[in-house]
Amino acid sequence: MTHYIRHILVAALLVLGLTAPASAQLRVRVDEGNFQPTPIAIPDFQVTGANSDLAKQIVEVVRADLASTGLFDLQNPASFIQRDLSINAEPRFADWKIIRTEGLVVGTFEELPDGKVAVSFRLWDIYGGELMRINGEPGRRLTTTPENWRRIAHKIADSIYTRLTGEDPYFDTRIVYIAETGPKTERVKRLAIMDSDGANQQYLTSGRSTVLTPRFSPSAQEITYMSYEGGKPRVYLFNIETGRQELLGNFPGMTFSPRFTRDGQSVLLSQAQRGNTDIYLMNLRTRESERLTDHPSIDTSPSMSPDGKSVVFNSDRGGTPQLYIMNTDRSKRTCPGGGSDTACRITFGKGRYSTPVWSPRGDLIAFTKQEGGKFYIGVIGTDGKGERLLTEAYLDEGPDWSPNGRVIVYFREARPGASPQLFSVDLSGRNERRMVTQTDASDPAWSPLLQ
Amino acid sequence: MQTFLKVTAAAALLATGACASQPKPVEDTTPVVENATPVQEEVKIVETTPVVESSIAPGSLEDFRVNVGERVYFDLDQYRLDTEDQDILKRQAAWLASYPNVRILVAGNADERGTREYNLALGERRANAVKEYLVSLGVNASRVDTVSYGKERPVAAGSNDQSWALNRNGWTQIVSGATS
Repeated sequence: MTHYIRHILVAALLVLGLTAPASAQLRVRVDEGNFQPTPIAIPDFQVTGANSDLAKQIVEVVRADLASTGLFDLQNPASFIQRDLSINAEPRFADWKIIRTEGLVVGTFEELPDGKVAVSFRLWDIYGGELMRINGEPGRRLTTTPENWRRIAHKIADSIYTRLTGEDPYFDTRIVYIAETGPKTERVKRLAIMDSDGANQQYLTSGRSTVLTPRFSPSAQEITYMSYEGGKPRVYLFNIETGRQELLGNFPGMTFSPRFTRDGQSVLLSQAQRGNTDIYLMNLRTRESERLTDHPSIDTSPSMSPDGKSVVFNSDRGGTPQLYIMNTDRSKRTCPGGGSDTACRITFGKGRYSTPVWSPRGDLIAFTKQEGGKFYIGVIGTDGKGERLLTEAYLDEGPDWSPNGRVIVYFREARPGASPQLFSVDLSGRNERRMVTQTDASDPAWSPLLQ
Repeated sequence: MQTFLKVTAAAALLATGACASQPKPVEDTTPVVENATPVQEEVKIVETTPVVESSIAPGSLEDFRVNVGERVYFDLDQYRLDTEDQDILKRQAAWLASYPNVRILVAGNADERGTREYNLALGERRANAVKEYLVSLGVNASRVDTVSYGKERPVAAGSNDQSWALNRNGWTQIVSGATS
């Protein structure tokens, strides 16, 4: 909350045209309210060596990442007045104020004798007239092999984003999804993966078996998903590095809707048997599973709280699909509406609620809502209060959170008969944008920050 | 049908070829009419369809599909079997009693107006409802497998009430043991 007040203070000072005091540096608001993207300038980096193309590409990815947040107005390099920037010298603040730049990134690109490349950068607060330190340092220098250049770009963008907004980073991540091809009645569905900005799209499975609903492990090394391999729908693990697939568990019934727990030690999943679906927690080391729900209704789509103590899930025990929260140890909990129960209903609005996903920050649950012929992606407090719908379409389904809990990815069929495509939206409901994929796409899931 | 297409194509080629080389359209129309005659003969073959119908072998996949009925349809969000569904399943059970080597897979399907995971569970409920009814009519449970495809395998591609109604089904598929 103090952050919030500071945001307002900074915003107010900026509106009045005052220079913010050194203690309240440039800070970009991410919350709702009247909103103007903050103008920032990222000139091309100074190049030492021959590979100026690579340097340009890196800067372009940094700019694109920051622009994709909707929080920044990336200024046109042609309008820049100062052309003699040096990473070791203060910029001429007056030159940047003329074009109303608030944040300025100055960087260098070097080719090192061992074949690697190094990128250094500094961030300036133009109206504050000072350097913005990053993790206490005056700047940051990143080194890698040239083919890994995109990750350098994402890490730079992450640093700038985090420094300016106070939010945790999320660009240096990947998205796993289902790539779809072929006619609706004979759909081919493959596991696919890409960088958070849509680069490096790759297929992980052949398409011989239909695969659905992938989710990352907390290490980002494994994916759990459902496959119809051998005609039997079951939950599998996929190791990204080795490409190895492994059947998870030895359940007699259909297993589906898998998600890793936050500690990566277990997988939550549903098993359907003799017409009844319940939720299980399977320990990956001992391979033993524990039944979490035992109810004649459909209980599915489980998601664990970051502290591991609670599980939110979808159940139609009240007649229609709604969201419920239970304690992982199955003890009774005090329900928001009063009384205590092993599972407390948290959605009471009109419509059907499903696919709950607990925010990495712990305070919100994202969901799919279906009402009146439309689908919505929304969020609600864990106490069932403060429901907000962020998107609306013919079909919007399957939200997942960016690792910083700021952005939600989902898939959309815009109109009846339209192909599914991936979209993302800011938690504020602003900045809805399509994530471009090579094929139709569904069931996106966001990786944790890469190591 | 292929013959018909070939004839038409040949006629078209003759016509265009002639037009391109010779300005005498009156002469060229004659072979088109002559060549068109076999088409009518092809149609006569199509008219023999009743013979095909009567040739359905008892105990075959076709017999089950045409004379018994392989699908039951569910109401929105439901897995209850109405009397019409029960009649179809009674015929299935009787047929299965006549062909005891037949094994079946009952697939439960849902329309696209629900979320993927809930629909997988709903499809399983539907498949199980069909299985349980067949078993209650004396079909040995070991002959019946079930699978849920949720909303993954629509039979109708449309996005309208009619397609959705068709896609909310329990589909009894013969796995093995039918006569060919």
